[in-house]
Amino acid sequence: MLQVWKSFYARSDPAKAYSLLSPALILVTLAMLIPLGLMLSFSFFTQTSFTEIDYSFTITRYIDFFQSNLLVSLLIKSVKISFIVTFVTLLTAYPVCYYIAFYVKKNKMLWLVLLTLPFWTSYLLRVFSWKIILGTKGVINSSLINAGLLSEPLTFLMYSETAVIITLTHAWAAFALLPLYVSLDKIDFSLIEAARDLGLSRLETFWKITLPLSLPGIIGAILIIFIPTVGDYVTPALLGGTDGRMLSNMIQAYFGKVNNLPLGAASATIMLITVAIVTIVVSYTTKKLTQRIS
Amino acid sequence: MEQKNNTLLIYTLLYFAFLYIPVLFLPIFSFNDANYMSFPLSGFTTEHYEEMWAKTNLHKALWASIKVGVVASVVSTTIALFAAKAFARYKFRGQNISYGAIMIPFLIPEIILAVAILVIWLSLGFKLGLVPVTLGHILFCTPFAMLILIARIEGFDFSLEEASRDLGENAWGTFYRVSLPLYLPGIIASLLLSFIISFDEFVLAFFLTGSDATLPMYMWAQMRFIQKLPHVLALGAVIIVFTTFIVLLAFWLRNLGQGKEKAEFGIKIHE
Repeated sequence: MLQVWKSFYARSDPAKAYSLLSPALILVTLAMLIPLGLMLSFSFFTQTSFTEIDYSFTITRYIDFFQSNLLVSLLIKSVKISFIVTFVTLLTAYPVCYYIAFYVKKNKMLWLVLLTLPFWTSYLLRVFSWKIILGTKGVINSSLINAGLLSEPLTFLMYSETAVIITLTHAWAAFALLPLYVSLDKIDFSLIEAARDLGLSRLETFWKITLPLSLPGIIGAILIIFIPTVGDYVTPALLGGTDGRMLSNMIQAYFGKVNNLPLGAASATIMLITVAIVTIVVSYTTKKLTQRIS
Repeated sequence: MEQKNNTLLIYTLLYFAFLYIPVLFLPIFSFNDANYMSFPLSGFTTEHYEEMWAKTNLHKALWASIKVGVVASVVSTTIALFAAKAFARYKFRGQNISYGAIMIPFLIPEIILAVAILVIWLSLGFKLGLVPVTLGHILFCTPFAMLILIARIEGFDFSLEEASRDLGENAWGTFYRVSLPLYLPGIIASLLLSFIISFDEFVLAFFLTGSDATLPMYMWAQMRFIQKLPHVLALGAVIIVFTTFIVLLAFWLRNLGQGKEKAEFGIKIHE
């Protein structure tokens, strides 16, 4: 029997692949899939007192969520902030990647390492440094007041949606830079030259050749920025004030001082579903778009 | 290749400034002789560093972060090495789904992972602390480690391993003598980067530590008190220098012995 198994194993690639994959798949199942499943089931329970939970099935938490103006508006705001952040990050990072892909000849690698280096420093510290910059007694305000340009500090800089958007754009830059660069660098430059030789203007060449060919990178960047920023906790907590609060701050409260685990679980599930819908829509649109181009 | 474009060059340099300048304020103000972080700078001092060094809670938090980071990086790199080998070496049914499943922890909002682990941990009646944090970090670091290792292993000439087996080495001998030396720079890079990710990770720690603070948790607690900020700046500056050093070392290692073609930059994006 063992012999049979051994000879089967020796010939079967999938068997070998799955035995190599098993630790990772077990990890994902035990530490993510099962916990997520349990979180989902908690969203159908009821918190009856501070320590007690009624385990009978109900969808009331979801009704609670959608009847709460606060929660719905925070969900909408989280999605809105993430979309703005994604768009601004893409728009500002694209020219940089374009420059490195097409104009830099020597040491491209070094440019890329330098671009991604700040991303590796602690997220908490990067967010904190924006607090230093935007604060009422921070870098911008104190400099402007010293220069005599202001008499009172600008208060809208800090504890606002704007502060959250600026900080997140800075924090997630690397997630736009990497996929954009990869897709731009793959473009065969002779295609661009050919378009130019055939009489297309710079703008037309970009619009008809470069942009469509870099689409995979754009989509990749949209997804890997949008998904995590929807659920960002640190930035709105440190810089958002009441105006820039997002859904994750409420989720944290439900698991912390408010102590309503089922409603927290329902909010987290709704966030996860939102993320899934956006992922599916973006991927589907891309597929259609790429089909039309090719 | 185009020749020159000064507008784009200037824009790119400005973008670099946008990326770097905010981070540089931490070290600058950490040497400033004042409790507020505003201009003009009032004088040079190292007292914030002395103050930082005197905090015993900080030492405890640092030790906790190191323990979690070492375990998380070793375990996630090991798991990721097997997985990376499977993806780089074999074509099999369910490949994309398996790849997707392993990548999910890196893609979904961290707060959801934290909440899910919190719920199961409490339901099982376990105590919060560094153990669930480490588990969360292993889950979170594995996809990163796998991306780094796949980039390293892909294009590896697997006939070298087959030759070794044919010449009579057993599986372990082949791994030890043939594969490991070739993978080693990637493995070390993965260990270092996973350690840094775990060392800096905040959200999972925030939900799961209970009373055993990690270093980011310690900083978070201090940030609320304006009079305690200067020593957080000093700590932040030290962490930035340390992280930068480790990351540069990892980048350098990762590209060691790689052709120019493959010397990309760590995270390989699959479509």
